Amino acid sequence: MNFDPRFSGRQFASVGTRPIRPDGIDKVTGRARYGADFNMAGQLVGRVLRSPHAHAVIKSIDTSKAEKLAGVKAVITAKDLPDLTDGDAAMYDILDNCMARKKALYDGHAVAAVAAIDARIARQALKLIEVEYEVLPHVTDVDEAAHHHAPLINDQVFTEGLEEKPAKPSNITKRTQFGHGDVHKGFAEADFVVERSFKTEQTHQGYIEPHACVASVNADGTADLWVCTQGHFVYRQHCAQLLGLEASKLRVTSSEIGGGFGGKTHVWAEPVALALSRKAGRPVKLVMTRDEVFRASGPTSATSIDVKIGARKDGTITAAEATLRYSSGPYAGSWAEIGAMTAFACYKLENVKTVGYEVLVNRPKTAAYRAPSAPMAAFAVESAVDELAKEIGMDAVDFRIKNAAQEGTRASYGPVYGPIGIGPTLEAVKHHPHMKAPLKENQGRGMACGFWFNFGGQTCTDLNIGMDGSVSLAVGTVDVGGSRASLSLVAAEELGIDYSHVKAIVADTSSLGYNDMTDGSRGTFSSSMATISAARNAIKILRERAAQMWDVPVDDVHWEKGHAIAKGEKYGNLSPLSLKDIAAKSGTTGGPIAGHSELVADGAGVSFATHICDVEVDPETGSTRVIRYTVVQDAGKAVHPTYVEGQYQGGAAQGIGWALNEEYIYGKDGRLQNAGFLDYRIPVCSDLPMIDTQILEIPNPNHPYGVRGVGETSIVPPLAAIANAVSNAVGVRMTHIPMSPPRILAALDAEREG
Amino acid sequence: MRYIRPLSIEDAVGELAKAVGPAAILAGGSDLLVRMKGGFIEPELIVDIKRIGGLGDITETADGFRIGAAVPCAVLGENKAVRKAWPGVVEAANLIGSKQVQGRCTITGNLCNASPAADSVPALVAAGAKAVVAGPSGKRTIAVETVPTGPGRTSLAKGEIIEAILLDKRPEHAGDAYLRFIPRTEMDIAVVSAGVNLTLDDHGAIKTARVALGAAAPTVLLVEEAGQVLVGSKLDEATLERLAKICSGACRPIDDKRGTIEFRRKVAGVLAQRAAAIAYKRAGGK
Repeated sequence: MNFDPRFSGRQFASVGTRPIRPDGIDKVTGRARYGADFNMAGQLVGRVLRSPHAHAVIKSIDTSKAEKLAGVKAVITAKDLPDLTDGDAAMYDILDNCMARKKALYDGHAVAAVAAIDARIARQALKLIEVEYEVLPHVTDVDEAAHHHAPLINDQVFTEGLEEKPAKPSNITKRTQFGHGDVHKGFAEADFVVERSFKTEQTHQGYIEPHACVASVNADGTADLWVCTQGHFVYRQHCAQLLGLEASKLRVTSSEIGGGFGGKTHVWAEPVALALSRKAGRPVKLVMTRDEVFRASGPTSATSIDVKIGARKDGTITAAEATLRYSSGPYAGSWAEIGAMTAFACYKLENVKTVGYEVLVNRPKTAAYRAPSAPMAAFAVESAVDELAKEIGMDAVDFRIKNAAQEGTRASYGPVYGPIGIGPTLEAVKHHPHMKAPLKENQGRGMACGFWFNFGGQTCTDLNIGMDGSVSLAVGTVDVGGSRASLSLVAAEELGIDYSHVKAIVADTSSLGYNDMTDGSRGTFSSSMATISAARNAIKILRERAAQMWDVPVDDVHWEKGHAIAKGEKYGNLSPLSLKDIAAKSGTTGGPIAGHSELVADGAGVSFATHICDVEVDPETGSTRVIRYTVVQDAGKAVHPTYVEGQYQGGAAQGIGWALNEEYIYGKDGRLQNAGFLDYRIPVCSDLPMIDTQILEIPNPNHPYGVRGVGETSIVPPLAAIANAVSNAVGVRMTHIPMSPPRILAALDAEREG
Repeated sequence: MRYIRPLSIEDAVGELAKAVGPAAILAGGSDLLVRMKGGFIEPELIVDIKRIGGLGDITETADGFRIGAAVPCAVLGENKAVRKAWPGVVEAANLIGSKQVQGRCTITGNLCNASPAADSVPALVAAGAKAVVAGPSGKRTIAVETVPTGPGRTSLAKGEIIEAILLDKRPEHAGDAYLRFIPRTEMDIAVVSAGVNLTLDDHGAIKTARVALGAAAPTVLLVEEAGQVLVGSKLDEATLERLAKICSGACRPIDDKRGTIEFRRKVAGVLAQRAAAIAYKRAGGK
């Protein structure tokens, strides 16, 4: 079926309205089933034993005492998850991260697991497992780990991406470089140059729902997995490969999801639960505690970034350069690479160079976190941009407008932009009343821009029309942010029926073809494209059925506003047939009516945002309150504006937490000190102002309705916007995130002592 | 694990005195249950004191107030008489945890949990509060600052229970205040804190003063020198400077996940100044 995904400037009836979400009642009444709400008869409780050491050789594991404890049905170690990865290094790392094979690589690394008849016995059994460790020197700081004297985490790692293969192993797994032009020449042309180094600490996605699953492996080689995930098809592929199952025999059903933000795109507990179930011969439920979530899932990279930007007196940037070091946990990653790609993506630059270094540390394996890697790079770059504007004597917004990327600009990471929203968001900010509001003593204002690629990917959707004329829509992208409502709006729009007649569900892996996960801000972008395609396929059948009912050629039947219309003078007396009329007769005109779609959703339009932030800093305590916050972002087309605004606000809220207080704190012993919400300080409701939003709609030419992904970009500018605001409030440039009260007070004291 | 709910303080004391394994007293449970769930303690005996007569009451006596050990902080916060006499104590009690936690937690529990960061304790110490202790050998009344002896440790002997906290009747021209520093606005634990309790003479000069600091040492600190420096003053700039300096100097803090030594020292002084100003105003000082 030919599907034309190009944007057509149509008038919308449903898209752009704000109906109530179909999953809302269940969620507010507690009926919605999250990961831990699924239960099976005879299920066992799974628990994981974790390394207390940041870096240690596992010399032996004796599980015999635990196995003898009454009520214990299975105990597993890495031996029960044999290596089936066949040379696939990335899959091997996932396997090793699920259950340590030779070495424990971070505090919290799984080393064994038990399944028992209840939680108390499972806990007792963990205490009976004897692990003999040989503790090794560890390193948790990204700069220390990158140093050539640092303890080696993996002596088989030789930095990739260098001109010559290095003679010695190191903790730097890869070097990547992006850019164009000649930065040396560019800096020589500059009248002003700002050069600064920045650090950001590691943060966790902080989803309120811990990882949870129920695994049931049958004796015949089939298996079921119920799990809280952002991508059940990807979980199926990974679990099947790690367990040696055929993918089609492992059925994965996704639960409602209490937040993911990228953290639920990776398997941790699921292969362990399946292995326990396989060994015990019974279903196993495995729910992580909050402590385990912090120590062994997530988090994002800690970073260390050097930035240098030069500009002429007239405000034209002549050269921009950044070196970015990102921690990836104890396994290779591509996080610095993404940071190096996004760092200068907002700007039109003749000479630009970014270099990324991936650094191994004894911390949990780095996971995606909402626009992964971009917020830290934006913090460094947008801080330096602000400082440069000040040195030149230009307004921070005007300076950015002068240098903003446009349609036709070659991005610093390679491609040439189509129509983009950076300029319009900056213009909107320039004229926003927030920028003119007066500030009081100890208050400061900051603004910053952010970019995210967005992603499309493989998508498969089914649309079935019932005989009563109602429509069920089965999608394969997990609903993280209200996509069932948005996709129902899209189906209603395309078919020309009311939203209330569409019911969207997230289908399991046995009911639909493969779908990439809900990441890269792709859920609504790609599944709406597939929904439009499926609806158009259904409309073709509806037209055929109408033609049959009227006994006229199908080419004369058109579809308008939910009705089949026979076009032509000779059909003047035929009343239009509604979707409901046609569906009612479907049993006698050829059977059920459905539309299917499978596609790769290409052309996810890049996304830009500009944020404004006001803070008040107590100069005696370093305490910072965000007193006003405004998000301006391009949505392409806001399908359900309330949920678009929710994404804008959510990203800003997470960014505020990251900027001010959230951080992984490790002791000298390499153990995580704050594995809980008490001391890992996510903002509470009263910490946040009402976050104001402004949606811009610059249509994406590669989507029928102009939709762009909106989920991630909103977390990119906050670190920088808040850092600029705090720096303006206290008169000292803040270069270390989070800007916790002790850091601000220390910076102020250093300045006072001068 | 055995859970009992005695009806008299004597029964509770008796059960605790003869307990063989680890035993715990349950009032609101806002510390105990969290620690049990976290696997930090596994008591063999839990003595719930909420059914013991009088322990859930706040009574006004000739000498002041008697606050039963099972009175939730939210109930304390609704008591107009205590709120009027000891606003600093009440505001400290109503900073603990969250609204939900305040519906369960008690100031006696906060004291016996013996955290140096306990919110109500610096305010109680500044207020000169006393604890009524019931034990196998009878009852005694002690100053609250003698209860905690280190993080998680108290001076209470086996079988002893604090049954009530006593607060004095207030003279005219008296005021107290408590401030804590947290990076958030609520649902957090003090990084450092200060409680100040003042009485004024008829001319508005400070007659008596007690200053206590929280999260600044292994136990809540009563800084007597800080109180002395306030006496006779009307909180002029120079006195406040000296107060901050004394408080910062009295701290014996640690570097940890919640704050640094330098930060705690400095902010202890800042909070003492600010709490003193509030207490002074409440006492009618100008």
